[in-house]
Amino acid sequence: MKIVVDFDKCKSNAVCMGVAPEVFEVRDDNFLYILQEEPAEELRPKMEEAVRTCPAGAIELVG
Amino acid sequence: MAEPLLENITVVGASLAGLRAVETLRREGFAGRLTLVGAEPHLPYDRPPLSKELLAGIWEHDQILLRKAPYAGLELELYLGNPAVALDVGKRTVTLATGIEIAWDGLVIATGSQPRLLPNAPALDGLYTLRTLDDCFAIRTRLDAGARVCVIGAGFIGAEVAAACRSRGLDVTVLEMLEQPMVRGVGSVIGSVLAELHRDQGVDLRCSVAVDAIEGDGKVERVRLVGGAVVECDLVLVAIGAVPTTDWLIGSALTLDNGVVCDSSLLAAPLVVAAGDVCRWPNALFGGDLMRIEHWTNAAEQGVFAAHRLLSGDADTAFAPVPFVWSDQYGIKIQCAGRFKGTDRMELVHGALSDHRFVAIFESAGVISGVLAFNQPRQVMIYRRMIAERASFSDALSFAAANQ
Repeated sequence: MKIVVDFDKCKSNAVCMGVAPEVFEVRDDNFLYILQEEPAEELRPKMEEAVRTCPAGAIELVG
Repeated sequence: MAEPLLENITVVGASLAGLRAVETLRREGFAGRLTLVGAEPHLPYDRPPLSKELLAGIWEHDQILLRKAPYAGLELELYLGNPAVALDVGKRTVTLATGIEIAWDGLVIATGSQPRLLPNAPALDGLYTLRTLDDCFAIRTRLDAGARVCVIGAGFIGAEVAAACRSRGLDVTVLEMLEQPMVRGVGSVIGSVLAELHRDQGVDLRCSVAVDAIEGDGKVERVRLVGGAVVECDLVLVAIGAVPTTDWLIGSALTLDNGVVCDSSLLAAPLVVAAGDVCRWPNALFGGDLMRIEHWTNAAEQGVFAAHRLLSGDADTAFAPVPFVWSDQYGIKIQCAGRFKGTDRMELVHGALSDHRFVAIFESAGVISGVLAFNQPRQVMIYRRMIAERASFSDALSFAAANQ
Protein backbone atom coordinates (compact mmCIF):
# COMPACT_ATOMS: atom_id res chain seq x y z
CA MET A 1 0.00 0.00 0.00
CA LYS A 2 1.40 3.34 -1.10
CA ILE A 3 0.15 6.81 -0.21
CA VAL A 4 -0.08 9.20 -3.15
CA VAL A 5 -0.96 12.83 -2.48
CA ASP A 6 -1.85 15.25 -5.24
CA PHE A 7 -0.05 18.29 -3.86
CA ASP A 8 -1.71 20.56 -6.42
CA LYS A 9 -5.03 19.67 -4.81
CA CYS A 10 -3.92 19.53 -1.17
CA LYS A 11 -5.19 22.57 0.70
CA SER A 12 -3.44 21.83 3.96
CA ASN A 13 -6.57 21.38 6.03
CA ALA A 14 -4.63 18.82 8.08
CA VAL A 15 -7.64 16.55 8.51
CA CYS A 16 -5.40 13.61 7.50
CA MET A 17 -3.03 14.54 10.30
CA GLY A 18 -5.95 14.39 12.70
CA VAL A 19 -6.70 10.85 11.49
CA ALA A 20 -3.16 9.46 11.28
CA PRO A 21 -0.42 11.72 12.65
CA GLU A 22 2.08 8.87 12.25
CA VAL A 23 1.72 9.13 8.47
CA PHE A 24 0.61 12.70 7.72
CA GLU A 25 2.17 15.81 9.19
CA VAL A 26 1.27 19.38 8.37
CA ARG A 27 4.13 21.51 9.67
CA ASP A 28 4.26 25.13 10.69
CA ASP A 29 5.03 26.07 7.08
CA ASN A 30 1.46 24.82 6.33
CA PHE A 31 2.72 22.15 3.95
CA LEU A 32 1.84 18.48 4.23
CA TYR A 33 4.69 16.02 4.71
CA ILE A 34 4.24 12.28 4.28
CA LEU A 35 6.14 10.53 7.06
CA GLN A 36 5.64 7.01 5.68
CA GLU A 37 4.96 6.62 1.98
CA GLU A 38 4.32 2.90 2.36
CA PRO A 39 2.61 2.47 5.73
CA ALA A 40 2.17 -0.94 7.30
CA GLU A 41 -0.90 -2.91 6.31
CA GLU A 42 -2.47 -2.55 9.77
CA LEU A 43 -2.82 1.17 9.07
CA ARG A 44 -5.09 0.54 6.07
CA PRO A 45 -8.38 1.42 7.84
CA LYS A 46 -6.89 4.74 8.98
CA MET A 47 -5.51 5.40 5.49
CA GLU A 48 -8.93 4.72 3.99
CA GLU A 49 -10.46 7.11 6.51
CA ALA A 50 -7.90 9.77 5.55
CA VAL A 51 -8.85 9.32 1.88
CA ARG A 52 -12.58 9.59 2.63
CA THR A 53 -12.31 12.63 4.88
CA CYS A 54 -9.80 14.70 2.90
CA PRO A 55 -11.76 17.85 2.02
CA ALA A 56 -9.69 18.31 -1.12
CA GLY A 57 -9.91 14.69 -2.29
CA ALA A 58 -6.13 14.84 -2.61
CA ILE A 59 -5.14 11.47 -1.13
CA GLU A 60 -5.08 8.15 -2.96
CA LEU A 61 -4.12 4.66 -1.86
CA VAL A 62 -2.36 2.54 -4.42
CA GLY A 63 -2.17 -1.19 -3.87
CA MET B 1 -28.40 -7.17 19.02
CA ALA B 2 -27.72 -7.56 15.33
CA GLU B 3 -30.41 -6.42 12.91
CA PRO B 4 -31.94 -9.03 10.62
CA LEU B 5 -29.94 -9.51 7.45
CA LEU B 6 -30.73 -6.60 5.14
CA GLU B 7 -31.35 -7.19 1.45
CA ASN B 8 -32.67 -3.93 0.15
CA ILE B 9 -31.21 -0.61 1.27
CA THR B 10 -32.25 2.81 -0.02
CA VAL B 11 -30.18 5.94 0.50
CA VAL B 12 -32.11 9.16 -0.03
CA GLY B 13 -29.82 12.07 -0.85
CA ALA B 14 -27.04 11.89 -3.42
CA SER B 15 -24.51 14.30 -2.04
CA LEU B 16 -21.53 13.72 0.23
CA ALA B 17 -23.28 11.90 3.11
CA GLY B 18 -25.33 9.71 0.76
CA LEU B 19 -22.33 8.83 -1.38
CA ARG B 20 -20.18 7.95 1.61
CA ALA B 21 -23.06 5.81 2.88
CA VAL B 22 -23.38 3.74 -0.30
CA GLU B 23 -19.61 3.37 -0.55
CA THR B 24 -19.46 2.18 3.05
CA LEU B 25 -22.31 -0.30 2.59
CA ARG B 26 -20.51 -1.94 -0.32
CA ARG B 27 -17.13 -1.82 1.38
CA GLU B 28 -18.59 -3.56 4.42
CA GLY B 29 -19.95 -6.34 2.26
CA PHE B 30 -23.57 -5.46 1.66
CA ALA B 31 -24.40 -7.39 -1.51
CA GLY B 32 -28.13 -6.74 -1.77
CA ARG B 33 -30.09 -4.22 -3.79
CA LEU B 34 -28.79 -0.69 -3.19
CA THR B 35 -30.71 2.36 -4.35
CA LEU B 36 -29.46 5.95 -4.33
CA VAL B 37 -31.96 8.76 -4.80
CA GLY B 38 -30.97 12.36 -5.61
CA ALA B 39 -33.05 15.49 -6.09
CA GLU B 40 -30.54 17.04 -8.49
CA PRO B 41 -29.79 15.69 -11.96
CA HIS B 42 -26.05 15.52 -11.24
CA LEU B 43 -23.89 12.74 -9.86
CA PRO B 44 -22.62 13.57 -6.35
CA TYR B 45 -20.37 16.62 -6.40
CA ASP B 46 -18.48 18.62 -3.85
CA ARG B 47 -20.31 21.70 -2.58
CA PRO B 48 -17.60 23.78 -0.86
CA PRO B 49 -16.04 24.90 -4.18
CA LEU B 50 -19.42 26.30 -5.31
CA SER B 51 -18.80 29.44 -3.25
CA LYS B 52 -15.07 29.45 -3.94
CA GLU B 53 -13.20 28.15 -6.99
CA LEU B 54 -16.25 27.46 -9.16
CA LEU B 55 -17.79 30.86 -8.60
CA ALA B 56 -14.42 32.53 -9.03
CA GLY B 57 -14.34 30.91 -12.46
CA ILE B 58 -11.13 28.96 -11.98
CA TRP B 59 -12.65 25.47 -11.67
CA GLU B 60 -15.24 23.58 -13.73
CA HIS B 61 -17.81 20.90 -12.97
CA ASP B 62 -15.47 18.01 -13.74
CA GLN B 63 -13.11 19.14 -10.98
CA ILE B 64 -15.67 18.75 -8.21
CA LEU B 65 -16.96 15.23 -8.83
CA LEU B 66 -16.91 13.48 -5.48
CA ARG B 67 -16.19 9.97 -6.66
CA LYS B 68 -13.29 9.31 -8.97
CA ALA B 69 -13.78 5.55 -9.24
CA PRO B 70 -16.44 4.26 -11.65
CA TYR B 71 -19.98 4.06 -10.28
CA ALA B 72 -20.39 0.63 -11.84
CA GLY B 73 -18.35 -0.77 -8.94
CA LEU B 74 -21.10 0.25 -6.51
CA GLU B 75 -23.87 -1.55 -8.40
CA LEU B 76 -26.46 1.11 -7.64
CA GLU B 77 -29.96 1.64 -8.73
CA LEU B 78 -29.64 5.34 -9.30
CA TYR B 79 -32.47 7.86 -9.45
CA LEU B 80 -31.22 11.37 -10.14
CA GLY B 81 -33.29 14.51 -10.62
CA ASN B 82 -36.10 12.69 -8.86
CA PRO B 83 -36.50 13.88 -5.26
CA ALA B 84 -38.17 11.75 -2.63
CA VAL B 85 -41.54 13.22 -1.72
CA ALA B 86 -42.84 10.80 0.91
CA LEU B 87 -41.73 8.15 3.35
CA ASP B 88 -43.85 5.41 4.88
CA VAL B 89 -41.94 3.86 7.77
CA GLY B 90 -44.64 1.23 8.43
CA LYS B 91 -44.85 0.00 4.84
CA ARG B 92 -41.12 0.63 4.34
CA THR B 93 -41.42 2.60 1.14
CA VAL B 94 -40.11 5.85 -0.29
CA THR B 95 -42.07 7.64 -2.99
CA LEU B 96 -40.29 9.77 -5.58
CA ALA B 97 -41.55 12.88 -7.37
CA THR B 98 -42.34 10.89 -10.51
CA GLY B 99 -44.52 8.50 -8.50
CA ILE B 100 -42.07 5.62 -8.36
CA GLU B 101 -42.35 3.73 -5.08
CA ILE B 102 -39.21 2.10 -3.73
CA ALA B 103 -39.43 -0.62 -1.10
CA TRP B 104 -36.61 -0.93 1.44
CA ASP B 105 -35.63 -2.91 4.47
CA GLY B 106 -32.94 -0.41 5.48
CA LEU B 107 -33.01 3.34 4.90
CA VAL B 108 -30.43 6.12 5.06
CA ILE B 109 -31.83 9.66 5.12
CA ALA B 110 -29.29 12.13 3.77
CA THR B 111 -31.36 14.85 2.11
CA GLY B 112 -29.20 17.67 3.42
CA SER B 113 -30.39 21.21 3.83
CA GLN B 114 -31.58 24.05 1.67
CA PRO B 115 -31.09 27.81 1.84
CA ARG B 116 -33.28 29.74 4.21
CA LEU B 117 -35.35 32.19 2.21
CA LEU B 118 -36.05 35.80 2.95
CA PRO B 119 -39.67 36.22 3.98
CA ASN B 120 -41.74 38.28 1.56
CA ALA B 121 -38.98 38.41 -1.06
CA PRO B 122 -40.39 39.49 -4.43
CA ALA B 123 -40.06 37.26 -7.51
CA LEU B 124 -37.36 39.22 -9.32
CA ASP B 125 -34.85 38.09 -11.88
CA GLY B 126 -31.40 38.28 -10.32
CA LEU B 127 -32.43 37.12 -6.85
CA TYR B 128 -30.51 33.99 -5.87
CA THR B 129 -29.59 31.55 -3.17
CA LEU B 130 -26.53 29.31 -3.48
CA ARG B 131 -26.75 25.63 -2.71
CA THR B 132 -26.53 23.66 -5.94
CA LEU B 133 -24.31 23.45 -8.97
CA ASP B 134 -27.12 24.94 -11.06
CA ASP B 135 -27.38 27.89 -8.63
CA CYS B 136 -23.64 28.37 -8.90
CA PHE B 137 -23.56 28.42 -12.71
CA ALA B 138 -26.55 30.76 -12.87
CA ILE B 139 -24.81 33.22 -10.55
CA ARG B 140 -21.50 32.78 -12.33
CA THR B 141 -23.07 33.70 -15.66
CA ARG B 142 -24.19 36.99 -14.08
CA LEU B 143 -20.73 37.56 -12.63
CA ASP B 144 -19.25 36.95 -16.09
CA ALA B 145 -21.46 39.80 -17.30
CA GLY B 146 -20.06 42.10 -14.61
CA ALA B 147 -22.98 42.10 -12.18
CA ARG B 148 -22.89 44.43 -9.18
CA VAL B 149 -23.52 42.05 -6.31
CA CYS B 150 -25.30 42.52 -3.03
CA VAL B 151 -24.98 39.66 -0.54
CA ILE B 152 -27.43 39.46 2.33
CA GLY B 153 -25.79 37.69 5.27
CA ALA B 154 -22.11 37.58 6.27
CA GLY B 155 -21.85 33.93 7.26
CA PHE B 156 -19.57 31.39 5.58
CA ILE B 157 -21.35 31.43 2.22
CA GLY B 158 -21.79 35.21 2.12
CA ALA B 159 -18.17 35.84 3.05
CA GLU B 160 -16.84 33.32 0.53
CA VAL B 161 -19.01 34.67 -2.27
CA ALA B 162 -17.82 38.19 -1.46
CA ALA B 163 -14.22 36.98 -1.66
CA ALA B 164 -14.90 35.24 -4.99
CA CYS B 165 -16.48 38.42 -6.38
CA ARG B 166 -13.49 40.52 -5.32
CA SER B 167 -11.12 38.00 -6.91
CA ARG B 168 -12.95 38.77 -10.16
CA GLY B 169 -12.73 42.50 -9.56
CA LEU B 170 -16.47 42.89 -9.09
CA ASP B 171 -18.16 45.40 -6.81
CA VAL B 172 -19.77 43.61 -3.89
CA THR B 173 -21.77 44.84 -0.93
CA VAL B 174 -22.40 42.57 2.05
CA LEU B 175 -25.27 43.32 4.41
CA GLU B 176 -25.17 41.86 7.90
CA MET B 177 -27.85 42.20 10.53
CA LEU B 178 -25.47 41.74 13.49
CA GLU B 179 -22.59 43.98 14.49
CA GLN B 180 -19.82 41.82 12.96
CA PRO B 181 -19.60 38.98 10.42
CA MET B 182 -20.17 35.56 12.02
CA VAL B 183 -20.25 37.14 15.44
CA ARG B 184 -22.49 34.48 16.99
CA GLY B 185 -20.01 31.81 16.02
CA VAL B 186 -16.65 33.51 16.51
CA GLY B 187 -17.27 36.40 18.89
CA SER B 188 -16.72 40.10 18.39
CA VAL B 189 -12.90 40.08 18.52
CA ILE B 190 -12.45 37.70 15.60
CA GLY B 191 -15.61 39.04 13.97
CA SER B 192 -13.91 42.41 13.76
CA VAL B 193 -10.80 40.80 12.21
CA LEU B 194 -13.03 39.27 9.54
CA ALA B 195 -14.74 42.61 8.97
CA GLU B 196 -11.43 44.37 8.49
CA LEU B 197 -10.21 41.62 6.18
CA HIS B 198 -13.19 42.05 3.85
CA ARG B 199 -13.02 45.84 3.90
CA ASP B 200 -9.29 45.76 3.15
CA GLN B 201 -10.12 43.66 0.10
CA GLY B 202 -12.62 46.20 -1.13
CA VAL B 203 -15.90 44.68 0.07
CA ASP B 204 -18.52 47.26 1.04
CA LEU B 205 -19.41 45.51 4.30
CA ARG B 206 -22.30 47.05 6.22
CA CYS B 207 -23.05 45.58 9.63
CA SER B 208 -25.95 46.21 12.01
CA VAL B 209 -28.25 46.82 9.06
CA ALA B 210 -31.66 45.42 8.20
CA VAL B 211 -33.10 44.88 4.73
CA ASP B 212 -36.36 46.69 4.15
CA ALA B 213 -37.03 45.63 0.55
CA ILE B 214 -35.49 44.20 -2.57
CA GLU B 215 -36.75 46.34 -5.43
CA GLY B 216 -36.75 46.43 -9.20
CA ASP B 217 -38.91 46.32 -12.26
CA GLY B 218 -39.00 42.62 -13.08
CA LYS B 219 -35.33 42.32 -12.17
CA VAL B 220 -33.23 43.22 -9.16
CA GLU B 221 -32.21 46.89 -9.23
CA ARG B 222 -31.62 47.84 -5.62
CA VAL B 223 -31.83 46.78 -1.98
CA ARG B 224 -33.41 49.28 0.35
CA LEU B 225 -32.30 49.22 3.99
CA VAL B 226 -34.30 50.13 7.04
CA GLY B 227 -33.42 53.78 7.56
CA GLY B 228 -33.57 54.54 3.84
CA ALA B 229 -30.07 53.73 2.52
CA VAL B 230 -30.08 52.11 -0.91
CA VAL B 231 -27.64 49.61 -2.48
CA GLU B 232 -27.81 49.67 -6.28
CA CYS B 233 -27.15 46.18 -7.64
CA ASP B 234 -27.92 43.67 -10.41
CA LEU B 235 -27.75 40.51 -8.35
CA VAL B 236 -28.84 39.74 -4.81
CA LEU B 237 -27.62 36.61 -3.06
CA VAL B 238 -29.60 35.66 0.02
CA ALA B 239 -27.17 33.80 2.32
CA ILE B 240 -28.92 33.75 5.68
CA GLY B 241 -28.40 30.14 6.62
CA ALA B 242 -29.98 26.82 5.79
CA VAL B 243 -32.83 24.66 6.96
CA PRO B 244 -32.86 20.86 6.93
CA THR B 245 -34.69 19.25 4.02
CA THR B 246 -37.38 17.41 5.95
CA ASP B 247 -40.59 18.56 4.22
CA TRP B 248 -40.87 15.16 2.51
CA LEU B 249 -40.86 13.47 5.94
CA ILE B 250 -43.81 15.32 7.42
CA GLY B 251 -46.36 12.74 8.52
CA SER B 252 -43.83 9.89 8.32
CA ALA B 253 -43.82 9.15 12.08
CA LEU B 254 -40.18 10.19 12.37
CA THR B 255 -39.45 12.87 14.96
CA LEU B 256 -38.75 16.13 13.14
CA ASP B 257 -37.38 19.06 15.13
CA ASN B 258 -34.88 21.17 13.22
CA GLY B 259 -33.83 17.99 11.41
CA VAL B 260 -34.49 14.28 11.76
CA VAL B 261 -34.00 13.56 15.45
CA CYS B 262 -31.88 10.45 15.99
CA ASP B 263 -30.37 8.62 18.92
CA SER B 264 -26.65 8.77 19.70
CA SER B 265 -26.01 6.03 17.12
CA LEU B 266 -27.81 8.03 14.36
CA LEU B 267 -30.84 5.72 14.37
CA ALA B 268 -34.08 7.62 13.66
CA ALA B 269 -36.41 4.60 13.78
CA PRO B 270 -35.92 0.85 13.50
CA LEU B 271 -33.91 0.24 10.28
CA VAL B 272 -33.75 3.99 9.55
CA VAL B 273 -30.62 6.11 10.03
CA ALA B 274 -29.81 9.70 9.09
CA ALA B 275 -26.60 11.47 8.11
CA GLY B 276 -25.39 14.90 7.11
CA ASP B 277 -27.06 18.31 7.38
CA VAL B 278 -30.48 16.74 7.95
CA CYS B 279 -29.44 14.70 11.01
CA ARG B 280 -29.91 15.97 14.57
CA TRP B 281 -28.46 13.75 17.24
CA PRO B 282 -27.12 13.90 20.80
CA ASN B 283 -23.35 14.27 20.75
CA ALA B 284 -22.07 12.51 23.86
CA LEU B 285 -18.82 14.48 23.70
CA PHE B 286 -20.74 17.66 24.45
CA GLY B 287 -23.02 16.46 27.24
CA GLY B 288 -25.48 14.81 24.89
CA ASP B 289 -26.77 18.11 23.51
CA LEU B 290 -28.72 17.68 20.29
CA MET B 291 -26.59 18.89 17.39
CA ARG B 292 -27.22 19.44 13.72
CA ILE B 293 -24.12 20.26 11.72
CA GLU B 294 -23.99 21.63 8.18
CA HIS B 295 -20.30 21.08 7.55
CA TRP B 296 -18.53 18.93 4.99
CA THR B 297 -16.53 16.79 7.41
CA ASN B 298 -19.62 15.92 9.43
CA ALA B 299 -21.46 14.77 6.32
CA ALA B 300 -18.53 12.58 5.28
CA GLU B 301 -18.14 11.06 8.74
CA GLN B 302 -21.85 10.58 9.41
CA GLY B 303 -22.41 8.95 6.02
CA VAL B 304 -19.86 6.32 6.92
CA PHE B 305 -21.06 5.92 10.50
CA ALA B 306 -24.76 5.70 9.68
CA ALA B 307 -24.18 3.07 6.99
CA HIS B 308 -22.11 1.00 9.39
CA ARG B 309 -24.78 1.42 12.08
CA LEU B 310 -27.45 0.12 9.73
CA LEU B 311 -25.49 -2.95 8.66
CA SER B 312 -23.98 -3.89 11.99
CA GLY B 313 -26.99 -3.26 14.20
CA ASP B 314 -24.53 -1.83 16.75
CA ALA B 315 -26.67 0.40 18.97
CA ASP B 316 -24.00 0.91 21.61
CA THR B 317 -21.39 2.90 19.72
CA ALA B 318 -22.18 6.60 19.79
CA PHE B 319 -21.29 9.07 17.06
CA ALA B 320 -19.38 11.65 19.09
CA PRO B 321 -16.97 13.66 16.93
CA VAL B 322 -15.41 17.08 17.36
CA PRO B 323 -17.12 19.22 14.71
CA PHE B 324 -14.72 20.78 12.21
CA VAL B 325 -15.15 23.38 9.50
CA TRP B 326 -12.88 25.40 7.27
CA SER B 327 -13.26 28.38 5.00
CA ASP B 328 -10.88 29.88 2.46
CA GLN B 329 -11.08 33.62 1.98
CA TYR B 330 -8.46 35.79 0.24
CA GLY B 331 -5.87 33.07 0.55
CA ILE B 332 -6.43 32.75 4.29
CA LYS B 333 -7.40 29.38 5.69
CA ILE B 334 -9.91 29.82 8.48
CA GLN B 335 -10.57 26.68 10.53
CA CYS B 336 -12.74 25.98 13.55
CA ALA B 337 -13.11 22.82 15.59
CA GLY B 338 -15.27 22.03 18.57
CA ARG B 339 -18.42 23.64 19.76
CA PHE B 340 -18.30 27.15 21.10
CA LYS B 341 -20.21 30.37 21.10
CA GLY B 342 -18.90 33.84 20.49
CA THR B 343 -19.63 34.64 24.11
CA ASP B 344 -17.41 31.85 25.53
CA ARG B 345 -14.10 32.83 27.13
CA MET B 346 -11.47 33.07 24.41
CA GLU B 347 -7.68 33.14 24.69
CA LEU B 348 -5.29 33.90 21.87
CA VAL B 349 -2.57 31.26 22.29
CA HIS B 350 -0.42 31.53 19.17
CA GLY B 351 0.38 34.33 16.74
CA ALA B 352 -1.25 37.70 16.30
CA LEU B 353 -4.67 38.67 14.94
CA SER B 354 -3.12 41.38 12.77
CA ASP B 355 -0.81 38.88 11.01
CA HIS B 356 -3.80 36.74 9.97
CA ARG B 357 -1.93 33.81 11.45
CA PHE B 358 -3.13 32.92 14.91
CA VAL B 359 -4.82 30.33 17.11
CA ALA B 360 -7.56 31.12 19.63
CA ILE B 361 -9.05 28.57 22.00
CA PHE B 362 -12.38 28.68 23.80
CA GLU B 363 -13.45 27.53 27.25
CA SER B 364 -16.69 26.06 28.48
CA ALA B 365 -17.17 24.65 32.01
CA GLY B 366 -13.44 24.32 32.55
CA VAL B 367 -12.64 22.32 29.42
CA ILE B 368 -11.37 23.39 26.02
CA SER B 369 -14.51 23.53 23.89
CA GLY B 370 -13.19 24.96 20.67
CA VAL B 371 -10.32 26.20 18.55
CA LEU B 372 -10.38 28.81 15.82
CA ALA B 373 -7.37 29.67 13.70
CA PHE B 374 -6.23 31.57 10.66
CA ASN B 375 -3.51 29.82 8.62
CA GLN B 376 -2.55 27.39 11.39
CA PRO B 377 -3.89 23.98 10.31
CA ARG B 378 -1.30 22.01 12.24
CA GLN B 379 -2.26 23.66 15.51
CA VAL B 380 -5.97 23.23 14.86
CA MET B 381 -5.55 19.47 14.62
CA ILE B 382 -3.54 19.38 17.85
CA TYR B 383 -6.20 21.31 19.76
CA ARG B 384 -8.98 19.35 18.05
CA ARG B 385 -7.50 16.25 19.63
CA MET B 386 -7.50 17.93 23.05
CA ILE B 387 -11.17 18.78 22.60
CA ALA B 388 -11.89 15.12 21.78
CA GLU B 389 -10.09 14.13 24.98
CA ARG B 390 -12.00 16.74 27.00
CA ALA B 391 -8.76 18.28 28.19
CA SER B 392 -9.05 20.98 30.82
CA PHE B 393 -8.68 24.53 29.62
CA SER B 394 -5.74 25.06 31.95
CA ASP B 395 -3.95 22.05 30.42
CA ALA B 396 -4.57 23.49 26.97
CA LEU B 397 -3.14 26.84 28.06
CA SER B 398 -0.10 25.10 29.58
CA PHE B 399 0.43 23.18 26.36
CA ALA B 400 0.24 26.41 24.40
CA ALA B 401 2.72 28.15 26.71
CA ALA B 402 5.18 25.28 26.33
CA ASN B 403 4.89 25.28 22.52
CA GLN B 404 5.46 28.89 21.55
